[in-house]
Amino acid sequence: MQSLSGRKKNVVNKKMTIGEKLYLPAIIGGMFVTLKHFFGKSKTVKYPEVKRNFSENYRGLHVLKKDDTGAERCTACGLCALSCPAEAITMTAAERTKEDKGLYREEKYAAVYEINMLRCIFCGLCEEACPKQAIFLTSEEIAPANYDRGDFIFGKDKLVEKQHHPVGKIRGGGPYSKEHYHQHGKNKSIF
Amino acid sequence: MDIVLIEKSILVVIIFAISLGIAAYSTYFERKFAGFFQDRVGPNNAGPFGILQPLADGAKLFTKEEFIPTNANTFLFILGPSLAMLTACMTSAVIPWGGTLEVAGRTISLQVADLSVGILYVFGVVSLGVYGIMIGGWSSNNKYSLLGAIRAASQNISYEIAMGLSIIALLMVASDGTLSISNIVNFQINNYWLIVYQPLGFLIFMICSFAETNRTPFDLPECEAELVGGYHTEYSSMKLGLYLFAEYVNMFISSAVMATLYFGGYDVPFLADFEASLGHNLVTILGTLFFFGKIMLFIFFFMWVRWTIPRFRYDQLMKLGWQVLIPLSIINIVLTGLVLTFVK
Amino acid sequence: MEQFFYFLSFLAILTSIMVVVSKNPVHSVLYLILTFFAITGHYILLNAHFLAIVNLVVYAGAIMVLFLFVIMFLNLNKDAEPKKPVAMQFASVLAAGLLFLVLVAAVKDVSLGTSSIPVSNIGYVSELGKLLFTKFMVPFEITSILFLSAMIGAVVIAKK
Repeated sequence: MQSLSGRKKNVVNKKMTIGEKLYLPAIIGGMFVTLKHFFGKSKTVKYPEVKRNFSENYRGLHVLKKDDTGAERCTACGLCALSCPAEAITMTAAERTKEDKGLYREEKYAAVYEINMLRCIFCGLCEEACPKQAIFLTSEEIAPANYDRGDFIFGKDKLVEKQHHPVGKIRGGGPYSKEHYHQHGKNKSIF
Repeated sequence: MDIVLIEKSILVVIIFAISLGIAAYSTYFERKFAGFFQDRVGPNNAGPFGILQPLADGAKLFTKEEFIPTNANTFLFILGPSLAMLTACMTSAVIPWGGTLEVAGRTISLQVADLSVGILYVFGVVSLGVYGIMIGGWSSNNKYSLLGAIRAASQNISYEIAMGLSIIALLMVASDGTLSISNIVNFQINNYWLIVYQPLGFLIFMICSFAETNRTPFDLPECEAELVGGYHTEYSSMKLGLYLFAEYVNMFISSAVMATLYFGGYDVPFLADFEASLGHNLVTILGTLFFFGKIMLFIFFFMWVRWTIPRFRYDQLMKLGWQVLIPLSIINIVLTGLVLTFVK
Repeated sequence: MEQFFYFLSFLAILTSIMVVVSKNPVHSVLYLILTFFAITGHYILLNAHFLAIVNLVVYAGAIMVLFLFVIMFLNLNKDAEPKKPVAMQFASVLAAGLLFLVLVAAVKDVSLGTSSIPVSNIGYVSELGKLLFTKFMVPFEITSILFLSAMIGAVVIAKK
């Protein structure tokens, strides 16, 4: 069959020459390969002390964004839940009352908004589906470990952003955001 | 008590402490070097640079649960690791760790026992070393342990032959009628080191040492992929620790044997010329330090090989032992004999 | 020295008896190894260092490992032990009895004199080597040919 990629290699069982059968040259060659690494630089990131930066498009923990006035953008349309391949998102919609006008941008809002972090596969389809730019996957936090399965169902208390960042500039500012995170992670990225 | 006995006892205690200390720190350096070879940093949290890691490992092993399988033979189960450790420590008695010290008018040799059959003693102890593994493996009453034990036994027997034959060639060059190790060192002090006369013999001896100490690429008795943990599958706590520790003591001892037999032992070229200016004792101590330096290099080599070369398949191991090393060592003997007869 | 001799003799006899008495074949082999150790000790007392260490290397170190090796492979226990026919039992009793008779006959005339252990260098390697390659040249070579034939036989059987 013709190789479309052009990288196809045919395996040949060629007889080994006497030099190859001795194995010693190959062994010594291998020894020097490892010796080169012995004196080479370590590629370890010493994790708890030093943290590696996430990449720009890393899909971490979800955050429910607010707009510039501080009102929640989510209108509980349910498109995120619909697009979710893992059935991780549920919500209950409610109508905004007069007192709550500053809290929610649209007249309809999500009274309950839950994401099951055990189901979520962090694909980012909810982010794509959202017409109101309300849900984003942050690029700096990961879902934290927990002892209780029930605690993996994240409600609005954990999802709504605490510090507001304008949409589209920094994907971040979620509940677990720590301002010193970036200062600590100032090691140069090696990847 | 006899003063010689006191001297020897002190020497024994010192050697014992040193070999255990070096073995303990070999575990640390093994992990550290494994890190370096794989572009990592190795253990670095226990103390500065992780220097307290062996103590942490020891504490962990001591405090772990002592577990003896129900159907195991309890006595033999405990005897196994003890034997492994005992035989690992016994060899150091015949190795000359240095020249002589002159303390208070007495000349003290830095060798515990200068047996006339020193080399054979090393062999005897090495061949007994396999009992620790076999007894432990069998008494665990576990098929993986048993298979590991049987592998260890057959491997040790196979490689002992080539090892012995390579030693015969060495003795043909260096012996003066006895098999004493101090004699071989004296030969190397007066002539060149034996690696010059016996390069092939050294290669064979070294490969066999790797096999005898069950180090990679010959660590089939405990290969995880096939045998869970090999002969120490059922062991836990400090009994497991003794097995693991015995391996490192063995590595230290066989490094010492290789350095003694082929690299001049405590001999340092041209050091004897400084004896008048430095004093006899200082020269001896320097020689001993150099000897330990040689041993360290060999230990490093052991580790270097471990993190480079993958494990053999079992049939390859046996083929190498019986079909390559034994004929090679016989050829080595014949060549040595021919050279000795016609050249000298 | 004498205490050592009695201790080693006691150990040798005790462990030999245990070899026969032990129910478990692996225990038998382990006792046999101890017996070899005791005999090695005897050789050392006789100043035969070479013989002592060779006894240790060859018998305790290699042959017994092979014994252990084989016995560990065989799953020997009481249930698997075949019933021996009466004729075989009779034959074994007869053979053992005859051996016992020979031993008694041999030991009967031994006088328990005060034999001093001769201290000589005959057990050292160089003397032994000279003796083997001069006075006992022919038996030595014949033995080696015997070993060679055994090895060739093993290879032939393995290749079949």
